[in-house]
Amino acid sequence: MTDWTDIGALTDIPERGARVVKTHLGCVAVFRTVSDEVFAIDDACPHKGGPLSEGIVHGRSVTCPLHNMVLRLDTGLAQGADEGAVSTYAVRVEKGRIMLDTTRLRRGQVA
Amino acid sequence: MTRNLIVIGAGMASGRMLEHLFETQPGAWNVTLFNAEPRGNYNRLMLSPVLSGEKTYAEIVTHDADWYETHGVTCRFGEKVLRIDREAQVVVGENGAVPYDRLVIATGSNPFMIPLPGHDLEGVIPYRDLDDTQRMMALGATPGARAVVIGGGLLGLEAAAGMKAQGIDVTVVHVMGHLMERQLDEAAGYLLKKALEAKGIKVLTGANSKEILGTDGRVSGLLLDDGTEIPCDLLVMAVGIRPNVALAQDAGLAVGRGIHVDDAMVTSDGHILALGECVEHQGAVFGLVAPLYDQAKVAADTLGETHATFTPKEVATKLKVTGCDLFSAGDFAEGDGREDIVFRDPARGVYKRLVLQGTRLIGAVMYGDTADGAWFHGLIKDHSDVSDMRDTLIFGPAFQGGAPSDPLAAVAALPGNAEICGCNGICKSTIVDAINGGATTLSDVRAQTKASASCGTCTGLVEQVMALTLGDGFEAQTVKPMCPCTPLTHMDVRRLIKSRALKSMAAVMQECGWTTSCGCASCRPALNYYLLCDWPGEYQDDDQSRFVNERMHSNIQKDGTYSVVPRMWGGITTPDELRAIADAADKYAVQTVKVTGGQRIDLLGVKKQDLPDIWADLNAAGMVSGQAYAKGLRTVKTCVGSDHCRFGTQDSTGLGIRMEKALWGSWTPAKVKMAVSGCPRNCAESTCKDVGVICVDSGYVLHIGGAAGLHIQGTEVMCTVRTEDEVLEYTAAVVQLYREEAAYLERMYKWMDNVGLDHIVERVVTDADSRRALADRFYYAQKFMQQDPWAERTKASYRALYAPLVDLTLEAAE
Repeated sequence: MTDWTDIGALTDIPERGARVVKTHLGCVAVFRTVSDEVFAIDDACPHKGGPLSEGIVHGRSVTCPLHNMVLRLDTGLAQGADEGAVSTYAVRVEKGRIMLDTTRLRRGQVA
Repeated sequence: MTRNLIVIGAGMASGRMLEHLFETQPGAWNVTLFNAEPRGNYNRLMLSPVLSGEKTYAEIVTHDADWYETHGVTCRFGEKVLRIDREAQVVVGENGAVPYDRLVIATGSNPFMIPLPGHDLEGVIPYRDLDDTQRMMALGATPGARAVVIGGGLLGLEAAAGMKAQGIDVTVVHVMGHLMERQLDEAAGYLLKKALEAKGIKVLTGANSKEILGTDGRVSGLLLDDGTEIPCDLLVMAVGIRPNVALAQDAGLAVGRGIHVDDAMVTSDGHILALGECVEHQGAVFGLVAPLYDQAKVAADTLGETHATFTPKEVATKLKVTGCDLFSAGDFAEGDGREDIVFRDPARGVYKRLVLQGTRLIGAVMYGDTADGAWFHGLIKDHSDVSDMRDTLIFGPAFQGGAPSDPLAAVAALPGNAEICGCNGICKSTIVDAINGGATTLSDVRAQTKASASCGTCTGLVEQVMALTLGDGFEAQTVKPMCPCTPLTHMDVRRLIKSRALKSMAAVMQECGWTTSCGCASCRPALNYYLLCDWPGEYQDDDQSRFVNERMHSNIQKDGTYSVVPRMWGGITTPDELRAIADAADKYAVQTVKVTGGQRIDLLGVKKQDLPDIWADLNAAGMVSGQAYAKGLRTVKTCVGSDHCRFGTQDSTGLGIRMEKALWGSWTPAKVKMAVSGCPRNCAESTCKDVGVICVDSGYVLHIGGAAGLHIQGTEVMCTVRTEDEVLEYTAAVVQLYREEAAYLERMYKWMDNVGLDHIVERVVTDADSRRALADRFYYAQKFMQQDPWAERTKASYRALYAPLVDLTLEAAE
């Protein structure tokens, strides 16, 4: 089952930037790329928990602001020599609104 | 026995001849050098880069005072030669006569000025020497300045592009149907025109000038045949040159269009030689540098009584306008029995045309992609039979024999005798020999072979030869790309941003061929800084290309909270400010309050969503961001100085506050820390700061290039000045020079290591005009920089960005 939740307008997120969604399971970072694709991943770097939403977005990747680990936005996998991954969440844009699949993010839904 | 040699004219040809002479016949000649210009030999080919601001005059000097002194040359610069007395073998100058055993006339050429009505108005100039160049550069300082260039040839276009780079509104007026008609055909001329127009230069072809208009004796515009009037403040005439033969003619030497010389460069008088643009050899006169260098060698040999013969060679042309890549060689007029091979790629703006006659290549014109120019030029010069490769000829050497199309393959395929450096006539094997003999850097190769040391357009080719010869050993030493998105270095990119007037990140990535769609976390902040620095008021700062601290205007901490540091000018605060800070610390539950090394207070552990509120509170108490996170001015640390201290010699605190008020807000390649100490006891630790001032009784000692971080480095003394106003001007100038020249993230001491203290002293201390221009540019940029980022970000439009997009924890539990 998917639970699509309207979390805001695409334009609420700066191009090549991110905003966070607060949940009971921690923050989710929702990114907007230069080509207006949207991705949602955990807002905590697997390295030292850095807020990925504050990183520089380039292509479909983000560089963590604390120690420069690079993570793919679509797969959540660390790039280059680094190892690690963050969770990804389904997200899509409908008529300019961002819809996030919050199935795994609601209280009491912890798998 | 030492004999007397007089040389009239210190240009590039005679300069090269003297080099050969001192190398092959040391001590044989007692040389006197006359020059009408009040300076020695400099690289005239490089006047265009000087005009566009890519180089300085100092960088293009080929022979400085030391060189002349070392070789015992008596310099009579700025002195006109009145006449040559061949009977008595003396040259008579304004300050007296000098006897000669041999005389070399190298008087060069005069620019041809079309005798249009008004050609003698003030503000109508040729483009010939440094003085002309400086006139054009000076015009760039006037906002809204306009210039007209008559002549769409090599020189005229370089003048136009250079002036455009100085911010001048330029119109080129050319009488022929397309630009550079002597070197280009119509199609290439069209592409060139389009490229220049894209740079913002207006180009009128097929335009006849009728009259130069003036008011009060000064040029005010140009009137064309068709009635069009183009207003201007300066008119540059670049329509051609005429050999300067006046002295030779007066002396009764045989003169035609130029001074007649034989194959040994000897004139009709056996004691007198001539070379350069003033000579006529077998009916030909010369304007490009390559044959002049050949003449220089022949003349030196003739003086040494070695038999040598000058043979004119086919020369190729390149335009030194960055971003306009063109090449032309040989004969490309249409004619009977001639065939064309043409290749076009409109999307890339590429045009190539080869002209064949029988089995031989006789001409080549290329625009947009000139990588194979040297190879084609070689085929033309060697009269090679190209019939076997006719079908694939236009694709260049990489496609001959089915070799893969590797960028280096074209160079690898060149034979040893292929000419790489046209200016100096250096072929591939000479460069390879030098490299095998131990030259491992570009400057070594330049020093030993002169390849790429004149106009520099073949630098890329020389580097490719080096890469091929040295293998991996080369890359590591000289080419360090700024990031994996580009093969260009930081300095390449900075140069291109200026010279091609690239004013957006998209433009830089497009024009410099970035391999990624929007860069990476390494190049984007660098480009954002370069663009902000080079185009103040035009480029819009891009928050998304900033590291988190600069985007958030706070320092991120390891737990994702931020620290807030208000500015305390010169380390001075008040009870009211301290109360406001204490209140803010309570209100926002600040975890830690810390006194920093930069004499201010750090509030650590502020949550992101509280930032706009705490800033608003501190703003209300009169405080602004201390920019403790910025690659910009951090603090100006001070001691109490003469106000309280019994040793203080000056008001160090007051000066520190003035400096901080003048310099805050400026973005720099890396952080900049300053300090002012009231006496040499140096309590403010000025000698480990990027800029440090130490007050003494008689004034202020200015130190630069210190650091005390990862690397500890004491400062160097830049100079001593007498007044506070001078401290401000010198500091602004040195910071601006650093802003303009350093690579991103390079601290001032590192930049100083690279360019040398002498260079900085020359630009900031010795040359007062340069200092003032730097300081002016700094303060102009400050108009756009000195906005408190806190005040801006407490506005509603920004506030949202500091809050979560949505808070799912607030939804009722199901």
